[in-house]
Amino acid sequence: MTAAVEFRDVARTFGEVRAVDRVSLSIESGEFFAMLGPSGSGKTTCLRLIAGFDLPDSGHVLLDGQDVSDVPPYERSVNTVFQDYALFPHMTVLENVAYGPRVRKVSSAERATRARQMLDLVKLAGFEDRRPAQLSGGQKQRVALARALINEPKVLLLDEPLGALDLKLREEMQIELRNLQRRLGITFVYVTHDQGEALSMSDRVAVFNQGRIEQMASARELYTRPRTAFVARFVGGANVAAGDVAQKLCGASQPFAVRPESVQVLAPSDAPTGLVVADGAVLDVQYHGATSRWQVKLDAGEIFSATRNASEPVKVPSAPGDRVRLAWSRDAMVALEAQ
Amino acid sequence: MNATATVLPSMGGPLRGLSTFFYRRSTLYLFLLLVPPLLWLGTVYLGTLFALLMQSFYSIDEFTAQIVRKPTLATYKALVTQPANLDIVFRTMSMAVCVTIASAIIAFPIANYMVRYASSRAKAVFYVAVLVPMWTSYLVKVYAWRLILAKEGILSWFFHAIGADALLEAILQAPGIGGPSVASSYLGMFIVFVYMWLPYMILPIAAALERVPGSLIQASADLGARPATTFRTVIFPLAMPGLAAGSIFTFSLTLGDYIIPSIVGAPGYFIGMMVYQQQGTAGNIPLAAAFSVVPIVLIALYLAFVKRLGAFDAL
Repeated sequence: MTAAVEFRDVARTFGEVRAVDRVSLSIESGEFFAMLGPSGSGKTTCLRLIAGFDLPDSGHVLLDGQDVSDVPPYERSVNTVFQDYALFPHMTVLENVAYGPRVRKVSSAERATRARQMLDLVKLAGFEDRRPAQLSGGQKQRVALARALINEPKVLLLDEPLGALDLKLREEMQIELRNLQRRLGITFVYVTHDQGEALSMSDRVAVFNQGRIEQMASARELYTRPRTAFVARFVGGANVAAGDVAQKLCGASQPFAVRPESVQVLAPSDAPTGLVVADGAVLDVQYHGATSRWQVKLDAGEIFSATRNASEPVKVPSAPGDRVRLAWSRDAMVALEAQ
Repeated sequence: MNATATVLPSMGGPLRGLSTFFYRRSTLYLFLLLVPPLLWLGTVYLGTLFALLMQSFYSIDEFTAQIVRKPTLATYKALVTQPANLDIVFRTMSMAVCVTIASAIIAFPIANYMVRYASSRAKAVFYVAVLVPMWTSYLVKVYAWRLILAKEGILSWFFHAIGADALLEAILQAPGIGGPSVASSYLGMFIVFVYMWLPYMILPIAAALERVPGSLIQASADLGARPATTFRTVIFPLAMPGLAAGSIFTFSLTLGDYIIPSIVGAPGYFIGMMVYQQQGTAGNIPLAAAFSVVPIVLIALYLAFVKRLGAFDAL
């Protein structure tokens, strides 16, 4: 079976900056694929390379097995939902949605019918004659989605589509997008810097850092088995120890990660059995209701964080500068690749 | 009590009292700020325009050459019934329309290139290149053009040098636009007008194009539109307000100008020259006023026309 999207050794540089540094990847048909990374990591450039807004310096971009490296965007069967929605301000909602069929010379009666169906699909029936300026952020988002889906693309590209929405709306749209993708069976390529969003929605996630893919795996695997320190920190918010610090803590310089929820905070006098312990001084304690998050400066050198349930009975000194002892089991440690 | 002192540092003085006074009465503050400009706009600017309109409803006594200060439509009647006057209006309007269309056709690609394709450095160079001619004296430019277009000027020299004298001759033979030399033809006048007003067309179009986000053009391509279609359905409609603003400049500047037609071009009168002559040598202020009303009416009609075309829908 041919991949919906394939990159073979794709590179794109802007001046001195290697935005995409020899990336190879393959996205299966019908997959919900997320590209996750901090800003400037190359994920948006990859999306633009799939859409055709940008062309690779070297390597090949394939859509459905066909090399499209030099094909302009208007000849590719992919459509994009833009970060700023990019709705045409001089057209009504209906005209915006019907734009794809219009430039493909579909009769005006048919494109109106299809546009109405798309507006039904995104629950915006009744908004046909509004202008984009008269819509809320969430509604614009839906119009952008309808406009991109009306061409029945093989791949839908979404560039941080929920970035401008407030938290509640974002969570609703996440569920809706996921349902829509399952129902339509279209390949979704979703660019985001929000690891929660990437993990909760996607079948697979590619984690980008400095133009390269650090790890490409399912959400569960990324979280439980991060391969590099970057992935462990960025995806799981994990504590990472390497080199000297790892040596002092565990007696081996093999880098490892341990997630905050696996780390216990104890009084300095406690001596747990069978656990790795590390002493340090409290930097800060953030209260989150059911849990609290502790930042501790270890004597070994790193800053570790630990999540502590409010229900845990024993009082531990928590003022900045107080001495505490952190402890975790060896099973909770994930070995990382040495760098 | 020391705490209060740190929250409200004492700055004292009468100015502080005054600023507090105005801060708490923002309507009064706004009113005081707006009175001088509104007085200017109301009395000096609109008042003189109104006085001009009044003048056009007076008439002139044929024998004494005195102005009769009694409201009458006689001056307007003379304006619209005398074929010579109508000729002037028609000639000026045709020139304004041609200049506007030509300016738009030349300006659009330049503005589009400046905004969409030029590097930030090239863009700065373009803006300077568009603006610098506007800093130069208007008269110098017009006289320079007369020399360029004269019979012994650079233009005929150039046509001669490339062996195209016959072509230039043929152009000058053309009815309506031709003449003894380019400098004394309507074609020459048209060239100078387009040169003079081009920046006023480029800048508003460039400003309108600057406001079109690049993502709209990408979205159009993404949805399957070829560049020509994107231009027709997205870029051009969104640039229309700029085009309309620019065309109002070129149209009204051509309608009102009296220097270019009197230095370059054929001897036929233009509205501006007529106003100049009627209020000066002829001393017929009412007719001069009536002639000045013509461009106002034409511009109003033009605005209504472009509004119907939907030029302001994207505002």
